[in-house]
Amino acid sequence: MPGPVPGIDSARGFQHPATPADRARALLRPRFWPSFISWLQAGPMMLVFLAFFLVPLVFVVIVSFWDYNEYQLLPAFSGRGYTDTFEGCVAKLPELCTIGRTYVKTVELCFLVWAITLFIGFWVAYFLAFHIKSKTWQMGLSLLCTIPFWTSNVIRMIAWIPLLGRNGLVNSALVDVGLIKQPVEWLLYSEFSVVLALVHLFTFFMVVPIFNSMIRIDKALIEAAYDAGASAFQTLVNVVIPLAKPGIVIGSIFVITIVMGDFVTIGVMGGQQIAAAGKIIETRLNALQFPAAAANAVILLAITFLIISMMSRIVDIRKEL
Amino acid sequence: MKEGRSRGFYVLSAFFAAYVLFLYGPMLAIYILSFQGPQGGLTFPMNGASLFWFSKLTQGTGIVDLGTAFRRSLALGFVVMALTVVLSVAAGMAFRRKFKAQSILFYSAIASLIVPSIITSLGISLEFRIVDDLIKAHWNDNFETSMGLFTSGLGAHLTWTLPFGLLIMFAIFNRFDPRLEEAARDLGATPWQTFRHVVLPIILPSVIGIGLFGFTLSWDELARSSQAIGPVNTLPLELQGLTTTVTKPDIYALGTVISAVSFAVITLALGTIHLINKRQAAKGSDAGKGLV
Repeated sequence: MPGPVPGIDSARGFQHPATPADRARALLRPRFWPSFISWLQAGPMMLVFLAFFLVPLVFVVIVSFWDYNEYQLLPAFSGRGYTDTFEGCVAKLPELCTIGRTYVKTVELCFLVWAITLFIGFWVAYFLAFHIKSKTWQMGLSLLCTIPFWTSNVIRMIAWIPLLGRNGLVNSALVDVGLIKQPVEWLLYSEFSVVLALVHLFTFFMVVPIFNSMIRIDKALIEAAYDAGASAFQTLVNVVIPLAKPGIVIGSIFVITIVMGDFVTIGVMGGQQIAAAGKIIETRLNALQFPAAAANAVILLAITFLIISMMSRIVDIRKEL
Repeated sequence: MKEGRSRGFYVLSAFFAAYVLFLYGPMLAIYILSFQGPQGGLTFPMNGASLFWFSKLTQGTGIVDLGTAFRRSLALGFVVMALTVVLSVAAGMAFRRKFKAQSILFYSAIASLIVPSIITSLGISLEFRIVDDLIKAHWNDNFETSMGLFTSGLGAHLTWTLPFGLLIMFAIFNRFDPRLEEAARDLGATPWQTFRHVVLPIILPSVIGIGLFGFTLSWDELARSSQAIGPVNTLPLELQGLTTTVTKPDIYALGTVISAVSFAVITLALGTIHLINKRQAAKGSDAGKGLV
């Protein structure tokens, strides 16, 4: 039998406080201790986010308004980071300048990847949630979809080289079958390969939340729809999709934000030739133009935030997690 | 509902199988190709079979010291894993009670997960640069940099792993029965004893899962490390650097080695989880089961 530990649980116990001082402490404890313990428990994580996420974000915003020269930051107010970014854009109107075209391109890419991952993710989740009846199989197959997520993204990108390269499997198969006369070049280091790799890497982020929403759907509802005479398609549109909406929205937020800010996949799979929002930041950084990089980061952040706030109107994220 | 397997089942089974093939097929290709002979190239068909490219890897590829990067990434991965587990479990416990700043922490975690990595990475690098400049200006002219593997690099990795850890903790406590703790408390257990002997054993499999996420996400991390890692490189950064210069299968060999570490950790973690679950099922109490 463990002895009473001073301070914490004796307040809850059956010993009555003897002295007035004890009584006062006992009165304070229930209010003081729980919140103090919560702070102690949550504090370290909060500190990490403060030091390595929130403060850095503030620095990004501040530095985006600093001046710079070829080799260093100059801590004086300047809009140069932004004006350099949009250089010549107003003069060129109504035509889009390079930066405008890059953002349009990024959004297009994002939309394409979003649509494909949503389609694949939805049906994979649907299969796992509704067609796999045994819990063990459900676990096993979910795990099968998760394991690649625990392996390196870069490796999963270079893994396409033997398949899509000029002498890769796909090209030689197409030539052997006679569909094409000579190997095509657009399979690798192209927009095609970028989209393919992004879908390959990030469909996982769609599968998990949609599966989570679907697994909570009461199967009786689907039987009820069937009993009431709904066709499979009607059940899907009127029962399953509305109830899976939170998962669809959360998955979409993940995929869209990842693709908007991506520079690694677009770099490696695009042969470092395709421009995108994330790539601009990287290029500026490589040129040590920190305020310009920060300005682009702020723009990207604003666009991302806009997309998320539009999407979170549809669903309360907090409730779903 | 129709009994038996519907046509939809077979269509979706085929779709799922295709998806799994899509996930694993390309990876298998490079694992196989990394075992080629010295004449091997980047594509099929295989050109002989040997361990040539692995032995070449241990000699280094000339430009980069892969062995050091390997050990560096491994060390960082384990530190990130340990911190992710401890901080996530602690914060997860805190979320079971209401406390001020609860929603601030929650939204910080979610934001950290979805704000593009390059922005976080840039922010950390700016933060450390400014601190460096301050130190140089006021205290020490010869100061090099405070950026490094276990300062800015560690922080950058934690901003990626902690949100996953916290979300897993939410999932655990969504289906945790608080009556177990009340029972322990009624029997006179201190809060620490309740946690150590009641809560922790029950959530242990999921806690190992958090560790698995912590290690593998750090081991493969690239986007956040890119600006924030400081003067030295981690293994994924070296690998990314090699994608533009290497035209021989040594890059596949490196990929195979990195994946082997990932798979070893995954197997170890999943195996342990499985063992614990089995033990819990075999030795667990049947309390309450008689009532239903």
